[in-house]
Amino acid sequence: MIELYLGLAVILLLTIGLGLGRVLRGPTATDRMLAAQLFGTTAVAILLLLGQASASHAIQNVALIFALLTAVSALTFVRRTSIDNGAEEEQPDGD
Amino acid sequence: MTELFLAFDLLLLISLIGLAWLLLASADLFKAVVLFIAFGLLLALAWTRLGAPDVALAEAAIGAGITGTLLLVGLGRLGSKEKCRPGRPPTTTMQRFSAPLLIGLITPSIGMILLLELQQLQRATPGQQEAVISLLDSSGTEHPVTAVLLNFRAYDTLLEMGVLLLALVAIWSLDQARPLFRQDPVSPVLQGLTRLYLPILILVSGALLWQGGQAPGGAFQAGALLSAGIILAAISGRSLPLRGQGLPLRVLLAGGFLFFLLVAAGTLLREGIPLQYPRELAGTLILIIEIIATASIAALLAAAIAGGHPGEVLESPDRPASGPGRNP
Amino acid sequence: MAINDLITGLLLLASLPFFLAGTLGLLRFPDLFCRLHALTKADNLGLGLVVTGLMFQADSWHQVARLLLTWLLVLVAGATVAHLIARKALEDGQRPWSRR
Repeated sequence: MIELYLGLAVILLLTIGLGLGRVLRGPTATDRMLAAQLFGTTAVAILLLLGQASASHAIQNVALIFALLTAVSALTFVRRTSIDNGAEEEQPDGD
Repeated sequence: MTELFLAFDLLLLISLIGLAWLLLASADLFKAVVLFIAFGLLLALAWTRLGAPDVALAEAAIGAGITGTLLLVGLGRLGSKEKCRPGRPPTTTMQRFSAPLLIGLITPSIGMILLLELQQLQRATPGQQEAVISLLDSSGTEHPVTAVLLNFRAYDTLLEMGVLLLALVAIWSLDQARPLFRQDPVSPVLQGLTRLYLPILILVSGALLWQGGQAPGGAFQAGALLSAGIILAAISGRSLPLRGQGLPLRVLLAGGFLFFLLVAAGTLLREGIPLQYPRELAGTLILIIEIIATASIAALLAAAIAGGHPGEVLESPDRPASGPGRNP
Repeated sequence: MAINDLITGLLLLASLPFFLAGTLGLLRFPDLFCRLHALTKADNLGLGLVVTGLMFQADSWHQVARLLLTWLLVLVAGATVAHLIARKALEDGQRPWSRR
């Protein structure tokens, strides 16, 4: 069973690596934030699997905290104001 | 099975280093911030693999959550021109060769040191674990990490609280807090999420605080969760009442550090050594310090995200004061 | 192999395509709104199947409840964030991709 958990965790880690491509490419800021949200969810899954593989309850608590906090980051992004008042938001940003 | 653990760790390591490189090399600041948030996530994973759930909790709470929010808010303060920092081509000879030279010198040296250290890794050393466990009964708590943080090395935690307070003073001296979040009507979906999340955040924060005596948890993690709750409330349009923005706010912010100082002074007077808790009071003192520290840390982090001092709140009640970024 | 191990294994394996679909969608779909779709697949079913699979391995009802709570929080967060991002993108003037 542990091999299954760990194998799955490795594959999920690989998907995070793949998702970095979206962060790098963009083109808008929202796309990058989307990818971060996906990483948060995948990290919760990885933590749950690792916790089960190590039979540790503490790690499953960490997964709960993760679930609580990725939401706050993403919501801050969506509802924030900026000096230019979002004028640059829908245009592809540099690099 | 160990090969799978090794594969996981190796993948994590490569991702961490790659992420760090990418985020430092990126010209677009927003991209760098998102990469930093991802870096915090992976770092929390690394801490769990290293068998340190307390640090993983702290990293998840503070590194991935609070710092990400702080950076995003800070980015919002920059104009769009400052968000891209395109590199400039090197002009003088010194500029052209200094970087390759430094990298060529430092990387092999660090590589050599790490390779030599690898041999030492074969022998697992228990570190200070035995000393801590043998003294655990007299520390007033059952969890070794809490015992170290709040009893054996309480001095460090005291200074950490002082550093947080100092950082906030620096932030307050720079600018006045501006509205952080949009004022337009809050979508009912967001309100629903807040109604679900806020009670859970408060409860989990309290649970973390309480179980810090037996299991991974403690004041910093609980405080970070609470401040995330405050930010969430601000996002959904709730704000701090005007009456609370003057003296009570400052008392709350400084309270943790000051109370800890008080305890240090009291123990200095009574036992001759600061922070030498009397044995029968150790557990109680640790609990009270943690409770006050949690409230203080939550306020400090939320105020840091607000990004500036509250406006003049001593005006007459009918004049709207520009409060901190909690949607006046 | 015990029956609950078998169930866990099946559920965990079933979650894999959803996570993969989420990431591939994020990478390959042509615009923001499509990528939001992909994102929520991983949230809903990917994590859901992992959580359900692990529930069969739990030692106590307390653990089951904690797993369920984690999934619920991620679900609500994912749905809300997707909704808000889409709404904001529409307000900013982005139009969905069409085959043109």
